[in-house]
Amino acid sequence: MRKMDVDVAVIGGGPAGLAAALAARRGGAAKVLIIERNHELGGILQQCIHHGFGLHRFKAELTGPEYAQRFINEVRETDIDVLLETMVLEVSNQRTIYAVNSREGMLEISAKAIVLAMGCRERTRGALRIPGRRPAGIFSAGTAQRYINIDGYIPGKKAVILGSGDIGLIMARRLTLEGAKVEAVVEILPYAAGLARNVVQCLEDFGIPLILQSTVIEVHGDERLEAVTIAQVDEQWKPIPGTERTIECDTLLLSVGLIPENELSNGAGVQLDPITNGPKVDDTMMTSIPGIFACGNVLHVHDLVDNVSKEAERAGSFAAQYALQQLPAAARRVKVTAGENIRYVVPHEVSLDIPVEFFMRVQKPQEDVVLDVGGLRSVKEQFVKPSEMLNITLTPEVLSQLSGDTLTVRIVSPKEAGRQ
Amino acid sequence: MEREAKTKKRVQVAIVGGGIVGTLTARELARYELDVLLLEKEAEVGWGTTKANSGIVHAGIHEEPGTLKAKYCFPGNQMYPKLCEELDVSFRQNGILVVALSEEEMDTVRMYYQRGLKRGVPVRLLTREEVLAQEPNLNPEVVGAVFAPEGGAVMPFELAAAAMENAVANGVQLMVDSPVINAWAEGEQKYLETPTHVIEADVVINAAGLFADDIARMFGDDSFSILPRKGEEYLFDAQLEGMVHSTLFPVPRSKTSKGILVIPTADGNLMIGPTSDDMPVKDDIGTTAEAFERIFSESRRMVPGLDPRKIITQFAGVRAASDRGDFVIEFSPKVPGLLHLAGIESPGLTAAPAIAADVPKMLQEYGLNLVPKSGFEPRREKVVRFRLLSREEQDELIRQNPAYGRMVCRCETVTEAEIVDAIKRGARTLDGVKFRTRAGAGRCQSGFCQPVIMSILSRELGIPMEQVSKRGAGTEQVNFKAKELLGKGVC
Repeated sequence: MRKMDVDVAVIGGGPAGLAAALAARRGGAAKVLIIERNHELGGILQQCIHHGFGLHRFKAELTGPEYAQRFINEVRETDIDVLLETMVLEVSNQRTIYAVNSREGMLEISAKAIVLAMGCRERTRGALRIPGRRPAGIFSAGTAQRYINIDGYIPGKKAVILGSGDIGLIMARRLTLEGAKVEAVVEILPYAAGLARNVVQCLEDFGIPLILQSTVIEVHGDERLEAVTIAQVDEQWKPIPGTERTIECDTLLLSVGLIPENELSNGAGVQLDPITNGPKVDDTMMTSIPGIFACGNVLHVHDLVDNVSKEAERAGSFAAQYALQQLPAAARRVKVTAGENIRYVVPHEVSLDIPVEFFMRVQKPQEDVVLDVGGLRSVKEQFVKPSEMLNITLTPEVLSQLSGDTLTVRIVSPKEAGRQ
Repeated sequence: MEREAKTKKRVQVAIVGGGIVGTLTARELARYELDVLLLEKEAEVGWGTTKANSGIVHAGIHEEPGTLKAKYCFPGNQMYPKLCEELDVSFRQNGILVVALSEEEMDTVRMYYQRGLKRGVPVRLLTREEVLAQEPNLNPEVVGAVFAPEGGAVMPFELAAAAMENAVANGVQLMVDSPVINAWAEGEQKYLETPTHVIEADVVINAAGLFADDIARMFGDDSFSILPRKGEEYLFDAQLEGMVHSTLFPVPRSKTSKGILVIPTADGNLMIGPTSDDMPVKDDIGTTAEAFERIFSESRRMVPGLDPRKIITQFAGVRAASDRGDFVIEFSPKVPGLLHLAGIESPGLTAAPAIAADVPKMLQEYGLNLVPKSGFEPRREKVVRFRLLSREEQDELIRQNPAYGRMVCRCETVTEAEIVDAIKRGARTLDGVKFRTRAGAGRCQSGFCQPVIMSILSRELGIPMEQVSKRGAGTEQVNFKAKELLGKGVC
């Protein structure tokens, strides 16, 4: 068994892992290692060949592979080690990593600090319990995206897409451009789950119907999918009898949510947040296990990769400080809680003595509201919706004005905000 | 194809159906100098009723005295440890518990206990405290239980595939994609017609499961009927392993069902089900929202902490129950040399090895001369299960074969070498690979690994990606090459 010692080991070479590794190296960690299961770096970006990445970070509209390549090029200019086609099997709470590849066999990697950047997976038909038989032709949207953009195969020629998450919207356009017919995108919520720009550019521009407050209640077909039955739903998401309608199709794509992939984190004993399904972290992005940090979609599902890169840089630089034993212990610990119309906030705990960028998502769409962070800062928001993440940075000067040991983030009306 | 144009083939014994009964029978007959052929209508064996079986190796306390079910269940149970060891199949002897949630139900539990004692089945009566100590997640209102430690769990499709593989290694012929579309007798000889062949056999063993009555009727025998009865099952994430140790049975409330169970499978996932609903048709294997509600509320009576958000998949199967309410294990009253192994519903999986072991005797009584085959090898070549090995063993394996270092299924830790091995042993489809290796059976339900497994199947079988299927012709996953649809006027 080959043994390795590193300062910072980054698990995952997608956008989060790349940015974290670069930040860790810049932060002074001498031996930084990226462990990637695929045969190339870049993660899921490599199959996201559409444009729209990097508007914030690079002020340019890049494709996924282009966005990834900028980071990959930077990594190549450093002495960061990269292990490709290497699968991590286990992470211990003592920061030992077991990983395998076909060249070296089993690797035992001892790391002074670890950054978890494994990304997420797609929710499946089974998790949704869509009734019916099990014909071929039902895919998660990301799997279909890979078949088309990486492998060069089209699943079928008549598709229905369940869920209006961003991948589903992008795939509606992609299938159309490939000459397939997308009959409809069906969404259980009263509004689209993905970004507004994707609704316009992927559905409206191509005349693809978006059917809201509806879901697939049965799939038909024994061998290949032949049709789906959809129905409108009530407020409890229960199908309303009498609203059923059957759409012929040979392909059903599911874009019904992403789940952070925390099986390794679980194995290490990292505490998870039941709302995000990702680790609980403090303002240095450190999890409940000392020296293990997390960032990107393994922490919480992001809307924009630009935000992933920013968050990952934070995790990487603090991981370097930890590895170099330069990360000071916090004098104070304040819990961050989600108040009115806030589904979750990351980080979960802050020390008040370093600047913090809070990332959060709302529970329901609202207009003309104010985002209030612990009564310390408030920002007017014209629209808030669950699909679009909110972020706000607070300086230690502002944070130190907090009294009490919790900081609550809320969405309030302008009137309420004025009263404070 | 015209019948005259089909390939003629003559064998001594033809088995119709590659479910658990057919495959184990094939393996038993492989012990003798006999010319045996098994016909399976699907692309691989074990895909009918066997596939959706709960995988419970019953203890032998549920069956009414005097039935064939009672005759074969406990002996079958006793054969399992050796059978699974020889065939290298996952098997756990985790015991079964029949749980009483009221004093009234305790009467039935005591009856099972007495029945077990009488049959020689190891059983223990547990108090509330004892059963809660054994199963801390059980409903605290439990009154008591009967525990049968020799009950177990097996992966039924893995067992069928393993039995077939071992039978073939010992000389049995297998023809897949071969539904019997016609059958008749001429004098002593029996004939079976498939889309490509006409098979002549001295003995036909009818192990056609749901379609056993259809096969019998082709021969003009209507001595029994199959009454299809559907069961749905819901499978949880492997994270829940250890929440329940033994298979939990409620006290049954009907004669045809043992109730909704909580089942730790042989591979470690928890499963709840099955329903037991009489069906007008044989092929309805769809799941329903209504059955889920029933299964969930029933299973939560026993284990209140079950969380529906941890369910990763669900499936349904149809039991091949007979109109006699019991197994049909007998020669046809109409056609000499047509042996029915039919109506094999629960505890059919448990009983199957004992039924199969009886078949040579029955054939001898019919007049077949059975000479033991020298060199019969009861053991299947060992299967490597990478995930179950130590880090050192894994390291050593990769050194021998680098394909063990290429992880294909990340949820279940299945390597490329294991998938290639499964294909060499007979897997031809995504389901075949999944059932043999678990690749694609985990929480992402093959979202990540399916394209990779497809390309391995394509490479190993020498077929294009568009011909790689989920489970045989008609279930191909990707139908076109990129750009192929452009200009075809689909839109």
